[in-house]
Amino acid sequence: MKELKLMKGNEAFAEAAIRAGADGYFGYPITPQSEVMEYLMAEKTHERTGMITLQAESEVAAINMVYGGASCGKKVLTSSSSPGISLKQEGISYIAGSELPCVILNVVRGGPGLGTIQPSQSDYFQATKGGGHGDYRMIVLAPSSVQEMADFAGLGFELAFKYRNPVMVLSDGAIGQMMEKVELDAQKPRLTEEEIIKNTPWATTGKTKDRERNIITSLDLESSKMERHNILLQEKYAKIEEAEVRYEKIGCEDADYAFIAFGTSARICQKAIELAAEQGIKVGLMRPITLFPFPKKAVAQMTEKVKGILVVEMNAGQMIEDVQLATQGRVKVEHFGRMGGIIPSPIEVVEALKQKIIGG
Amino acid sequence: MAEFKTNPEIVQPENLVYKRTDLLTPKALSYCPGCGHGTAHRIIMEVLEEMDIQDKTIGIAPVGCSVLAYEFMNIDMQQAAHGRAPALATAVKRLMPDKFIFTYQGDGDLAAIGTAETIHACNRGENIVIIFVNNGIYGMTGGQMAPTTLPGMKSSTSPYGRDVHTMGNPLRITELVAQLPGTIYVTRQAVHTPSAVRKAKKAVRKAFENQKLNKGLSFIEIVSNCNSGWKMTPLKSNEWMVENMFPYYPLGDIKVNEE
Repeated sequence: MKELKLMKGNEAFAEAAIRAGADGYFGYPITPQSEVMEYLMAEKTHERTGMITLQAESEVAAINMVYGGASCGKKVLTSSSSPGISLKQEGISYIAGSELPCVILNVVRGGPGLGTIQPSQSDYFQATKGGGHGDYRMIVLAPSSVQEMADFAGLGFELAFKYRNPVMVLSDGAIGQMMEKVELDAQKPRLTEEEIIKNTPWATTGKTKDRERNIITSLDLESSKMERHNILLQEKYAKIEEAEVRYEKIGCEDADYAFIAFGTSARICQKAIELAAEQGIKVGLMRPITLFPFPKKAVAQMTEKVKGILVVEMNAGQMIEDVQLATQGRVKVEHFGRMGGIIPSPIEVVEALKQKIIGG
Repeated sequence: MAEFKTNPEIVQPENLVYKRTDLLTPKALSYCPGCGHGTAHRIIMEVLEEMDIQDKTIGIAPVGCSVLAYEFMNIDMQQAAHGRAPALATAVKRLMPDKFIFTYQGDGDLAAIGTAETIHACNRGENIVIIFVNNGIYGMTGGQMAPTTLPGMKSSTSPYGRDVHTMGNPLRITELVAQLPGTIYVTRQAVHTPSAVRKAKKAVRKAFENQKLNKGLSFIEIVSNCNSGWKMTPLKSNEWMVENMFPYYPLGDIKVNEE
């Protein structure tokens, strides 16, 4: 049975993870996402569903706990914010290399370095292009509401197990901290050991007499085998690109121009569309929901309909590179961004559209 | 990889007084001849066999010489990032409390890059077994200075000997973790003689029995040799170990909490 609640984005994510039947959360405090672990601890997850919630000694330890738990076929997750996600990159690379399912929430804050605790989208490259060492991809989901913070916990696990791949929910400080109403799914039971052995026969659950031992590793010292492993990974990523693209279009039907934006920026653009309409400018919004796989085809198709595209991001221009690759120079593509924890105002966005796309 | 096989023409059934445990795979060990890792592997696997817990045990392999431990141990295993094995083991044990979990780590892995994971897993008193093989050198990467390299000892990154003023003193991490309330059993063993092997095996058995009784964290250091890294014959390296390593790393139980 669904339940309606008023919650912070971070809390909604935590509650949805419990309801998705998560087995374990491992985290380390960092602003602006500490509510995730605080909520789980307050909920006494161990009593509620048997889910383990553990505060690790570092983000490094937390992601490696996720690696260990995921190796057992368990539904495990972690959350952090930008500097902490940088620390997790080593573990994420091992998780991707060993093809393990898990969900990682990044409530992005401004950088570089310690940066600021205010919202930002400057981890787009890190999330979508790899982040750690080696050729790998995470599936990246970008929520733009508290509802999607909740939805993507469950969807994240679904995709992670479907592809044996880490899933990152790339949120930001605004989505994580703001309160909205959210409709929560009913509690799913956690899987039993028998179900785990059946669903994930590769998991390290103890070598029984009826099977060979299971080994979780990202290592192969034979280059030919390592290349083969890499080819299989790339084939998996191609399959994900084929099947898992998700995006939303708002007011694009008869638009002359388009915004392309994700997360908080997409929310700002929705207001900018209204302001532009008051000035007689017809502009729509294309909101990628999956950042990897990036909705290349949908963006390419937009070049047939609009005269120009303004990519709005809370960074110096990161997703715009994917938009430029998809549009192949067929229409004008410009970027408008604020950095360092500043959220652009809808008025600024409309002005940028007029200056950079319509008038430029 | 080459496979280990018993030659049936030489070893007649009536002459068989020792059998390699089935919990070691037939693969020939990748360790240098003379290295203590093989013996350490064997005694752990023999204990698991004797306790009949192969189907309930998950081992965590480190980065270093024993990175390929999962090739030789016939149990479910996970290969951790450098130093992170205790973090993996923590999660595995918390998520599957009825299983037996152990890490197998070297000195660089456990006492340098993984210091935080080691100390905090010990401090939380995770109900796991940590096996720490200390040979005072980075063997896998070619003989660099380790946190446990002795003062004055030469390595490829301390070619004039470890200068404690600029390179620090060797870390007795085993004594350090013995200070933590989370550890229940902390001991230092060796595998260079038959009697040392018997003692070490007894310690390993005790550690897994502790885990069975949910007593807390058992930490076993095995002081071992690295004849390649130390640039000695296997025999000479064992003599050198007894003369130089044992005075700094004395063998025996450091903490036995019987409660």
